Amino acid sequence: MTAAVLGRRAWSRLLRHHLARVSLIFLVVMVVLSLAAPLIAGLRGVDPTQTDLFRRFEPPSGQFWLGTDDLGRDLFQRLLDGGRVSMLVGISGALLSAVLGALIGVTAGYLGGRLDAFLMRFTDGVISLPLLPLLIVVAAIDPRKLGVPAELAQSETFSLYRIVVIVALTGWTTVARLVRAETLSLKARDFTRAAQALGATPERIMFRHILPNATGSLIVATTISVGALILLESTLSFLGLGIQPPAASWGNMLTGAQELLQAAPMLAVWPGLLIFLTVIAFNFVGDGLQDALDPRSERR
Amino acid sequence: MNRYLAARAVQTVLTLAIMSLVVFLLIGLMPGDPIDLMISGDPTMKSEDAVRLRKAYGLDKPLMERYAAWAFEALQGNFGYSRSYGQPVLTVLWPRLLNTLLLAGIAFALSVAIALPLGIWAAAHPRSRADYLINLLCFAGISAPPFWLALLLITLFAVKLGWLPAGGMADIRPETPWNAALADQLRHLALPVLTLTLVQLSGYTRFMRGAMIEALRQDYVRTARAKGAPERIVLWHHAFTNALAPVLTILALSFGGLVSGALITETMFSWPGMGKAIYQAILENDYNLALIGLLVATTATIVGNLLADLGYAWVDPRVSLSAGTA
Repeated sequence: MTAAVLGRRAWSRLLRHHLARVSLIFLVVMVVLSLAAPLIAGLRGVDPTQTDLFRRFEPPSGQFWLGTDDLGRDLFQRLLDGGRVSMLVGISGALLSAVLGALIGVTAGYLGGRLDAFLMRFTDGVISLPLLPLLIVVAAIDPRKLGVPAELAQSETFSLYRIVVIVALTGWTTVARLVRAETLSLKARDFTRAAQALGATPERIMFRHILPNATGSLIVATTISVGALILLESTLSFLGLGIQPPAASWGNMLTGAQELLQAAPMLAVWPGLLIFLTVIAFNFVGDGLQDALDPRSERR
Repeated sequence: MNRYLAARAVQTVLTLAIMSLVVFLLIGLMPGDPIDLMISGDPTMKSEDAVRLRKAYGLDKPLMERYAAWAFEALQGNFGYSRSYGQPVLTVLWPRLLNTLLLAGIAFALSVAIALPLGIWAAAHPRSRADYLINLLCFAGISAPPFWLALLLITLFAVKLGWLPAGGMADIRPETPWNAALADQLRHLALPVLTLTLVQLSGYTRFMRGAMIEALRQDYVRTARAKGAPERIVLWHHAFTNALAPVLTILALSFGGLVSGALITETMFSWPGMGKAIYQAILENDYNLALIGLLVATTATIVGNLLADLGYAWVDPRVSLSAGTA
């Protein structure tokens, strides 16, 4: 699919970017492993949701590949489960921000005038806010007070959607600015004028002529923001405001780690290491994509 | 200039007003209310008492009405009391703001002092091994979760090696002589400053490198080289002065964010600063403290933005500040 979007030449350029290639392989392995986690758990005969207080802090062994955590659960399986959640939140959050940002950016850029001024002031305003504390407030609100039924509000799916929306609230601003800038330059190009002369409606021009031509930078921005949003999700989950236990996420697996540094320092290392590697991999792929899609750019 | 500042002042007031409303409404949506907390603290309380108290505190009124009442008091300088500290909000926040400025200020100065030379060096030697290494480290820096970095540093320096304290601001008594007190303070600052510096360093370095590369690609640099100007002059006189404007803007922008940006670091190292105070106020339903803390943090970012614009105009004389550009 990616190859089709990028085109064959950009794709081969991407693969020539060493770090991007290695990162891509790493990400594919991570996605496959975490999706296959229940299968792997079944094959290995371990249940990562099963707590066992007599098997706390077990060292790595044939049975527990990376040992067990403070509740006696298999760490390796929990890491895979957490990875599924963290990557799902990062990727869907980035896609949601891309859609929001693209809509706002193309509208502001193409329609211009007062609407543009208003939308961009709003974007600048959001960018200049102290986002982390504000997101903590948003994450702490009680959905029941907004009229969400209690049953739904406490379900696991709801907490997942909620964190996706919360991280997307920060992600859209960069995309909106980028798409607006692209729109401004594409607006003056001949094919846009030709479409205008043929009487195409503004909606048609925006969605058929301008946005498809901005796909490249949109893909780059989205890829990079996946990494940033995984970081944000892990931070909120670490603070106890994102994914709620017993569901695992890389962030909330670190929540209790600070108190256990003496007893089990490795519990603090593994989830963080995976966050770090995944985020840096998304950044490298984004960097590689940028070079692949814009070979003229003066970069390595 | 005066008109520009006036327009900015109006904008700032407007932003703060909107922010206070939004945050007030959001806080109203958090679980529980102050009376719930009183009930849990006092087992003799009956449900009639709760109703009576809600009425007495005005909590039975709609949110907008409560906001209006709060804003009326706030405009007269009455910001209310912190629930968990039992003191006026500003009395609680002021020393914490100073603590944050101490921590964030040192980390900021340190990261700028390292980032600018690194970025310039990398841009002056593009595609060199050093450039490659710096770029790699920057990628690592922006990809590491700050709280995990803090955990690793605590594990290494406080738990394994035992060289530095894992948290807090000081463990001294009043009779400690000043030099021991200073050394103690520095020991407590070391790990949080290191964390915050590592977190900020990479972004600044990348901006500096990017701005320098952009400047070195300009025609006036080629002209300078063509007429035989020494590379040192080209780098510092022609390129650096032109690359400085965007970098200063970014620095001023991020300086405003420092007040809340240290939230994670402060929480990890139990550093009694603004970020930690805001975070705990939100967790403990300390509404007044959370609200005012967030407004102070917002004011700081707005002031940072203003400094960025003023700085830009100061560095780059082509930029004129008129009310229209605000």
